[in-house]
Order: sequence, then C-alpha cells, then structure tokens
Amino acid sequence: MKVIYTDSLVIGGGLAGLRVAIASMQRGLDTIVLSLVPAKRSHSAAAQGGMQASLGATIKGDGDDEEVHFADTVKGSDWGCDQDVARMFVNTSPKAIRQLSAWGVPWSRVRRGDREVVINGEKVTITEKDEAHGLITARDFGGTKKWRTCYTSDGAGHTMLYAMDNKAIQMGIPVHERKEAIALIHEDAVCYGAIVRDLITGELIAYVAKATTIATGGYGRLYAISTNAVISEGIGNAIALETGIASLGNMEAVQFHPTAIVPVGILTTEGCRGDGGLLLDKDGYRFMPDYEPDKKELASRDVVSRRMTEHMRKGKGITSRYGDHLWLDITLLGRKHIEKNLREVKEICEYFLGIDPVEEYIPVRPTQHYSMGGIRTKATGESPNLKGLFSAGEAACWDMHGFNRLGGNSVAETVVAGMIVGEYVADYCAQNSLNVSTSTIQHFMKQEEKKITDILVRDFGENPFELKAEMQKIMMDKVGIFRNGDDLEKAVEELKVLNQRAKHVALRNRISSSNPELVEAIRVPKMIKLAQCVAYGAQLRTESRGAHAREDYPERNDRDWLKRTLTTWKDESADLPELTYEDLDVMKMEMPPGSRGYGVDNTIHHPDTGRREKQIEEIKEANPGVDRFELQKLLNPIAIPEKFKGKNERIGRGFK
Amino acid sequence: MSDQERVLKFQIFRYNPQKKGDKPRMVTYELKEAPGMTIFIALNDIREQQDPSLQFDFVCRAGICGSCAMVVNGQPTLACRTLTSNYENGEIKLLPLPGFELIGDLSVNTGKFMRAMSERVESWIHDHNADEVNFEMLEERMDPDVADKIYELERCVECGACVSACATKRMRPDFLSAVGFMRLARFALDPRDKRTDEEFYEIMGDDDGVFGCMTLLGCEDYCPKDLPHQTQIAYLRRKMVLIK
Repeated sequence: MKVIYTDSLVIGGGLAGLRVAIASMQRGLDTIVLSLVPAKRSHSAAAQGGMQASLGATIKGDGDDEEVHFADTVKGSDWGCDQDVARMFVNTSPKAIRQLSAWGVPWSRVRRGDREVVINGEKVTITEKDEAHGLITARDFGGTKKWRTCYTSDGAGHTMLYAMDNKAIQMGIPVHERKEAIALIHEDAVCYGAIVRDLITGELIAYVAKATTIATGGYGRLYAISTNAVISEGIGNAIALETGIASLGNMEAVQFHPTAIVPVGILTTEGCRGDGGLLLDKDGYRFMPDYEPDKKELASRDVVSRRMTEHMRKGKGITSRYGDHLWLDITLLGRKHIEKNLREVKEICEYFLGIDPVEEYIPVRPTQHYSMGGIRTKATGESPNLKGLFSAGEAACWDMHGFNRLGGNSVAETVVAGMIVGEYVADYCAQNSLNVSTSTIQHFMKQEEKKITDILVRDFGENPFELKAEMQKIMMDKVGIFRNGDDLEKAVEELKVLNQRAKHVALRNRISSSNPELVEAIRVPKMIKLAQCVAYGAQLRTESRGAHAREDYPERNDRDWLKRTLTTWKDESADLPELTYEDLDVMKMEMPPGSRGYGVDNTIHHPDTGRREKQIEEIKEANPGVDRFELQKLLNPIAIPEKFKGKNERIGRGFK
Repeated sequence: MSDQERVLKFQIFRYNPQKKGDKPRMVTYELKEAPGMTIFIALNDIREQQDPSLQFDFVCRAGICGSCAMVVNGQPTLACRTLTSNYENGEIKLLPLPGFELIGDLSVNTGKFMRAMSERVESWIHDHNADEVNFEMLEERMDPDVADKIYELERCVECGACVSACATKRMRPDFLSAVGFMRLARFALDPRDKRTDEEFYEIMGDDDGVFGCMTLLGCEDYCPKDLPHQTQIAYLRRKMVLIK
C-alpha cells in the first residue's frame, strides 16, 4: 500500500485550493495539492469578467465600501447567505486584490481624465479623478450599486490563476497532477486525507493528512448544457457526501447565467452587459426595461435569466434548430472597446459561431453556470460534522452566496476563502496531531480497490456514458431555471432508478491504468447521488428564493423557509439522501430580510424580521455618533483571522 | 453552415504506453458530422460511441485553458475550438503534440513541462517586499498602459503549440522555447519585478536560451492567442546582447 503523509492536503488546484496551500506553506506546514489537471488549467481560469472588491478608485465606484458591498451580496443571495461570512468576505476582498496585485496580476488601471462609456444604451463621458490615476479600476456588473468589479481586460480569472500558481511554484508547493481523490479517509468523525487514483497509472495511493481541504469547484456538469469546464463534476462534493458524516448545504441552489452562446453553452461574460451591452428579442426590441425598469439588463443573474425565459415563452425568442434564444448586442460598444476589453468574447464568437460581435448580434440563452451549494462548512471552512475536513471556493457552502451569487463574487470568494480558511487550516494542523490507525487507512484502500475490481470484472452491465447523459437530461428538463412539483417529483423518481442502475456499471475497455471509461464509471454513480441531492432538495423547498424558482410556489417564504438545506447520505444502500434544515437566525442579522427590488414583492415575512428591525433602530439610537465599524460590531460581532482584521484604505477617505 | 450531413473520417494516433505490448498506430474512425461540430464534440462522440479507451485532454472546451493542443492535419492548434467544417474533404488526421512526454493517444504531459519552465525562468515577481506588502493600504500605482501591455504578454495559455512548432527545440532538447521567452518578456516589462538585466541574462543568455533561436518562427505562426513572439524574442535578444 502506497501511503504519502503530509500536514495539509488540498484537493483541487484552482484559485481557492492554491490559496489554501499557500497559507499552509506560509505557516511552515508540509503541503500537497492534488489536481485532475495542471493547476493553471483549472476552471478558475475561465472567469472572464472580474473580481468584486470595494476599492472605490474609479469615479463610478465613488462612495463604495464594505457596507455597500455587503448589502449587495446579501440582497443578491435573497437573504439566504450567512451574513457573518458575507461580512468577513467584504472586509477581506480589498486585501485579497491588493495582495494579488503585489503577486503580479496586471489589474486594469484607472486613467485620469475623460473617457466614453456606454450606460443604459447611451454614450456617456465620465471623468476619472487625477488622484485615482494608476490605481485598480472597476467595471459595472449585475446586482451591484457601484462599479466594483476589478478586472484585467476580460481575462481576470486567467491572470489571477497564473499569479496564484506562480506564487505556489515560487514557494515550492508540490502539485500532484492527474490525480483524483475518490474517497475520504476518516475515523471517529475525523478526516485524515483521501484515497487517490493516479489517472495515468491507475495506482491507488493513500494521502494521509492532518487537514484535508476540498476545493474542487462546482457541480455544473450534472446538467447537459453548462458553461462549466468538463472537470466541474462535483466529485469533491460527492466524496464528502459518501462519508455519511459530512453534510452538503443548499444543493438545490443552482445558478443559470443569462448569456451563454447557443448551442454549445460557452459563457460570454457579464462584462458584456456591464460595459453596456443589451439584450434584444426576435424583433430587435430591448425587452429588459419592460420587466425590470430599474436595473434592466443589470438585474441579478437569476432575475435576468428568468425574465429571458419568460420572454421566450411569450414567443419572442429567435427559433433555431437548437431551440429558442435571444440576442446579446455589444455592437454599440465599438470595435476598439471589444478588441481590448472583451477580446475573449470576440474570439469565442469568431471560433464557435463564425461571427464578428463588433458587427453582429450574439445568440445567447440562460445556461447552468454556478453551484451555490456545496460542502457545508462553518465560517472557518471546517465541516461542522467531520473534523479536519475543510472546503473552500465553489465546492463549499461556506455560504456567502445563499440562493444567488453576484457576478464577480465567485473569483473574489475563491481567493478570500482561500486566505481565511487557509489560516484556520493552519491553526488546525498546529493544534492537532495525526492519529489515524493503519487499519483504517487499509480499510478505505481495500474498499476502493474492491469497487474498481468489481467494475473491471463485470461482464455485462450499464454503460456509464449513457447513464450520465440520462442524468444530465433529467436535470436539464426537470430541475432547471423554473421548477415545479410535478417535474421535480418525476426527476427524483427517475434519478432513483438511475442510482440503482449505476450499481451495475460494466466496461468495454477493462484495464485499470489510464482509462477514460473507468474514470467515468467511478464518477457517474457519485454524480447521480449529487443530482439526487439537488432534485430532492428542490422538490422539498416549497418556496422561491434566488435561483430556486418554483412556479407552484412563487413567493419567497421567510416564515417557513429562511433556512439552509443540509443533505447527508448516511445509509449507502438508501436510494435517497436525508434532508434536514438549519434555521438562519434573523435576530443576528445585520440586514434583516427585505425586498430585493425586483418585480412584485410577495414575500411571506418571518415573525422575527420586524423585531430585529426595531432592535437595530434601538441600537442605533442608543449609540449616536458611532462610526460604521463600531456599529457593525454592535450589530453582529464576528471573528476574522488577525491578519485580515484591519481597515481598508481608499482614495479621498483614508481608512474611514 | 451546410445542413447536409456528411461522414467525417478521423485518422487518430493510438498508443497507450501503460499497456504492455501496445504499438503506435493510426486508427480510422468514421463519424456523422453535426452542425457546429468541433473536434472536442467529435472526439467525445467517438469515445462514447466507438472506442471508450481513446485518450485526449479537454478542460474548458472554450479555447481558454490550453489543455487540448494537438496536431490537426499537420498543424498544432487548440482542438476544442476547431470546427470540423473547416476541413473541406472531411478528412481529419490527429496526432499528439510533439516535444512533450506522451501519456497516451492524443494526451501529452504539458503540465510537467510547463512547471519546469516556470521554475527555470522563475516565473514570479522578484521583490523582497512583495510578501511584506501592507494590503490594507492603497496598492502601488501602475501606469494604465503598462498594465495593458503586461496583460498582452500574459495571455499565454501554456498550450505548448509554440514548443511543438519549434525547429530549434527539436535540435536542442533543453531549448527554453517561445513560451519561456514570452514569460520572461512579461516579467522584464513588469515594474514590480526587480530583477536586473544581468539576472535575466543568467536565465536565458545562452544557446538553450534566446541566442539559440533560429528565427524560424513556428511559434509566431501557430500561437492560438496570436502573441507577438517574433517581436518579444527580438526584444529579449537585443536586451541580452547589450549586456556583454
């Protein structure tokens, strides 16, 4: 049995995983990163638009700060997020971006003087301040009050990931590439690493560690059409679920991005609309102002996606052999802007659609994009049930996004979570010793070996590629943008059948080394379980919140549903996961639930909401003259690692 | 795009070094073309329907991550964004990228190569203060044009097309190649990197470095991101010549 020991094992080499590894290494721990692919190819690289941090250097970000970013994030989440986490996040994000700047990200900068921008379809001249010249600039994104999304042209994720991986290389952090964690090792509700399959040799290796961090990204590929990379299959989430101990949070919270190209589902960044692009229907008519007169194309993603779907259902979509779509018009931005700030978009249009977006409209429709759900963790990033298991980034339900994530808050989260969780991982490693018995390691190793052998010796059985395609179709058709009880019930039943069938997978290519069919056979049963968590969670949540939109329960119901779904799979032979719920405590919220300001507000309120609002007023009255930092502490004191506690400086206002 | 279905003929290099007794060979697969079909879609179709052992690498499938460079009808390119309709006679020959360790079939180990390249050129900001920076304070300013120029050179996706298209690399196994030069040019341009020209000379001032380049410029011809390799190699060479 091959065993590799380390202090801090990180599964996933994207932005979140690398940042956790860097934090571990900075604290003198032995650290190993496992990755399916070379780290620089991780899905983080695909983030085009940018990262939200309230630097407030551009004139259109004037007046921005942590409070405004916090309010946007909480509203965006439809009050489903953990406000402690959102608060930590907004306070740390400016530090994250500045650190990345020192580490080499060539963030686009403010240029003093006049420049022409497109706002609400009109060309407008804005004047950047002299004193802001050379500081990190920002663009507009959906659901935000200020221009807060910092960017590098439209390659923000790429430059961030390159800077982060370069930093990891500088520090000598080993990244073990083409390795897949297929099971966690645990004993007495403590996690001690993972059983890992080498994707080239097929060898199983036990990576034994004090702390294990899962940073494997989202589960977008449960859906047939997704903007996600093909490796975003949720396997990190699944191995946590399969412990029977760790829980997943809010798996039904799945975001659809308004503008992926048709048919292949590749993303065109929200920056297209942030920079002034418009959505048009088959008549060339700009329809979003009719639905959302205030934020128009820049309403929150879940809102825009639903409005687009509604509009297509009215027969206003453009029909194509791949189904209906709408147009994204960026022609009004002009060639110079597109070739500089939206170049990836231009390349994608040229290569995949054969069109020039400077001259022609882009065919788009809402497409699966982001997984708000994931491994449930405390604010420290640690699983509340399985000690020593941490998670960060999209893989986690740290719960910064609740039921809808704001554009620009995902890459921001990866880095910020990496910083914060990384410190807690290091604390954990310092305080705990490695106490796992060899027989436990052997038990998990044997178990995985047996599963693989069983697959390899089976003569007849299910085709894993077909099972996956069936699952993806069910998710697409029945657990999509708009959901209803009938479809969800069917989805849950059909997935149960798939789960049973997945126990009898057989291969045509029966070798244990490098073998894509075996990879699929190992992953697909895990993916089906995750799909069941999503579908079942969606079926039971009889309200609409953020991206979870029930046609049969259109109102947000704080009274009964201001809670987080927790999913576990305790009994391996069961054909459904177990769901429980965790209440969100309104009495601790800095921002009690209110209206997001879209459409009709039909919220069923929580009985505590009024009480908390009154209490907040009383606290404010009792403490006249306190500044925003003191007030925040009075309303909801939270713990932030010492390193990241400080206030953030901005031009024109210092540290105020 | 024509709606008429045609049958594509793929000739694909097959060899699995993990499998005892396996021999390199070309295998032909036929496949019905679909509208908008890319080589990504075609290869997955072949794997799912015809031969589940076929190995290849895709991650983003959107031309962003650089995983899928391979030789398509004699030319290195990103397979994911290559439309099958580009090939008039419907015959497509796929070979793994030369110059890299073969994993199997069309899959090569670019990751190992690129990590070694990054270590060799020390692909990070050299500044003793970078770790001490007080990130509560305003970031160091940068001229907006300089930031844009750095990004221009940082668009490399480490796909390896330049390495595979480089004749010098064939003759000199340790030749740094265009991907390494581009990285050096990027850091040489960055005011945050405090390395001197002499320090850069130590990295690239020999025949395995910028003086070895024969200026055949396969890198320039085949870079899927249209990076200015010719200009940057010339720039680095001049910069290095001026030192000694």
